[in-house]
Amino acid sequence: MATGNFETTIGLEVHVEMQTNSKLMSPSPVHYGDKPNENTNVIDFGYPGVLPVANKGAIEFGMRAALALHATVSPFIRWDRKNYFYPDNPKAYQTTQSQTPLGTNGYLDVTLTDGTVKRVRIKEMHVEEDAGKNTHGADGYSYVDLNRQGTPLIEIVSEPDIASPEEAYAYLEQLRQAILFTGISEAKMQEGQMRADVNISIRPFGSSEYGTKVEMKNINSFNYVRNALIFEEKRQAEVLRSGGVIQQETRRYNEPTKSTILMRVKEGADDYRYFPEPDLAPITIDDAWIQKVADELPKSAGDRQRDYVSDLGIEAYDAEVLTQTLAMSDFYDATVTAGADAKRAANYLIGDVNAFMNKHQIELQDTQLTPVHLAGMIKLIEAGTISTKQAKQVFEAIMAGEEPESFAKKNGLVQISDPAILLGWITEVLDNNPQSIEDFKGGKDRATGYLIGQLMKMSKGQANPGVMNNMLLEELAKR
Amino acid sequence: MSETTISKSEVAHVANLAKLAFDDTELVQFTTQLDNILNIFDTLGEVNTDGVAPTYSVTDNVNHLREDVADNWHQKQELLKNAPLEAADLIKVPAILDGEGE
Repeated sequence: MATGNFETTIGLEVHVEMQTNSKLMSPSPVHYGDKPNENTNVIDFGYPGVLPVANKGAIEFGMRAALALHATVSPFIRWDRKNYFYPDNPKAYQTTQSQTPLGTNGYLDVTLTDGTVKRVRIKEMHVEEDAGKNTHGADGYSYVDLNRQGTPLIEIVSEPDIASPEEAYAYLEQLRQAILFTGISEAKMQEGQMRADVNISIRPFGSSEYGTKVEMKNINSFNYVRNALIFEEKRQAEVLRSGGVIQQETRRYNEPTKSTILMRVKEGADDYRYFPEPDLAPITIDDAWIQKVADELPKSAGDRQRDYVSDLGIEAYDAEVLTQTLAMSDFYDATVTAGADAKRAANYLIGDVNAFMNKHQIELQDTQLTPVHLAGMIKLIEAGTISTKQAKQVFEAIMAGEEPESFAKKNGLVQISDPAILLGWITEVLDNNPQSIEDFKGGKDRATGYLIGQLMKMSKGQANPGVMNNMLLEELAKR
Repeated sequence: MSETTISKSEVAHVANLAKLAFDDTELVQFTTQLDNILNIFDTLGEVNTDGVAPTYSVTDNVNHLREDVADNWHQKQELLKNAPLEAADLIKVPAILDGEGE
C-alpha cells in the first residue's frame, strides 16, 4: 500500500506452539496453566550431562504444517544451537535448525478484503524450542517459570511479500486457520500459542532496493500487529520525508498509545554463534514417511467448504462458518456421519450451539454435547417424533449431556402421529362440538382453529400438528 | 601453518554476548588463555581432511527419536533447590530489562 510516495514491505516470522504430549527434547508434559515449573526436569533446566532425545511426534507435526503450506519437506535435518543468554532459557541456547530447515519454499494463498487472492511465499519453516516465561517484578527481580521451556514450536518465515498492514492481518488470520486444520495446535492467541515477529521497511516507489528494516518481536495479537505496522508505515515515511534516515532497530508495540517505542538500535546482525548440536542425531526423512504424515493430515478448511457445498448442499456462507475451527468442522462431520440431516445439523451448529458457546464463553469441545446426541435429536425431528417446538427442550437437555430419545420419552416430549390414536381424539372432539361443525360448514374457517386447540389440549400438546390438521379436515368433510 | 589467534576485542564481544563484564586485566588474562587453547586446537589442522565430509555427529546414529509420550519426572522441588533464589515455585533472578530473549 502506498503511504505518500512510498511502498511498504513486510515480512513475518510466526511461531506456533505445537500441542504435542511431550516437549521437543524432553518427556516433560506440554500443558498450559499448570503450577510454575511443574512440568520441568533436568533436561528443561539445561543441566550438564543430560542427553536429550528429539520427539518424533513434534517432527511429524512440523511436517504436517510444512505439507499444509505446500512446502518441501527436507530429506535431511540436523540440529543447531542458537546461543543467547537470557533467564527464560537456562540452557543458554535454543535447539533449532539453521542450515537444514524442516520445510522450504512453501506458500499461503491469502484472500484479501477485496476478494483478490495474494500468494505469500513461505521461505522456510523450522521446528524449534520455545523458551520459558519471564515475569518482571517491581522489586528488581524477574521470576521464571520453565513450564513452557522446550515446548515444540513451528516457526514460519514468510518472504517479504506482504505490502500493507491489512495484508499482514489477512495473512495471519488465514495462516492461523491453515494451522488449525492441520490439528497440530489450537493456536489460542490468549495463551500465547501463536506469536509474530514483524519486520517492516518502506522505500520510494520504483526503488530497486529495500529500505532499512525495523523489527518488532513477539506480538501475540493480530490487531496489535496491524496497529504496529500502521504506526510504523507513517513514522518511517515522516522520517524519510523530513530527510532523515531509518535506523536498523528493534521496537516494541505499545497498545495504549497504539504506537511503537524504540527498544534498541541494532549494530550489525544478531550474533547467535550458531553451531551444530553435538548431542542430537540427525534425521533423515524419506518419501514413505512424508506420505504417512500426509495421510494423517486432516482435510483443509478450503477443501471442507467445497465439499460441504457440493456434496451436502450447504450454503457457501454456512460452510465458511462451519470451518472456522477444526473442532467445529470435525463435530459437524461426525454429526452428519451419525445420520443427521446435513442442513439441519448445520443450522443447529451455526445457530443454537454457537449461541450456547457464546453465552457460556466456552469452546465446543468443552460442552457436553456429542455429535451422536445432536444427530439423535435431529433424527427425532426428521422422523416427526418430536416437534421443532419440543426440540427446544431436548436441545437444552443434550447440551447438558443427556441422551435425546430417552430424555424425550421420560418427559413426554413425544409427538403422536399414529392415525388410530389421532382419529379417536378427533371423533371425541367433533362429537362434543356440534356447533363448530355447523360453523365450519357455514364457512367459518376459524372454527377449525378452535377444534385444533381442543385436540392439542386433549393430546397434552403431543399430537403431530401436520398429520392431525389433515385428518381433522377429512373427518369434518365426512360429517 | 599459521596460528589461530583471538583478539582482545573479540573476547570482549563474546563476553558481552554472554552478559559477562570483565575489567581490562581480566580481558588480557582471558585473551591470553583463550589464545593458548586455540593454539592447541591448531594441532587438528595438521590432519589432512581433503575429501572428508563435515561431521556433525560423532556417532552414526540417525533418526534416534522418542515417541511423543509425556512423562513427568517430578524433579521440580530438587531443581528449585539448586536455583540461585526461589519464590512461589518460580526461579528468582536479577531483572534484565534492556534486552529480550532470543
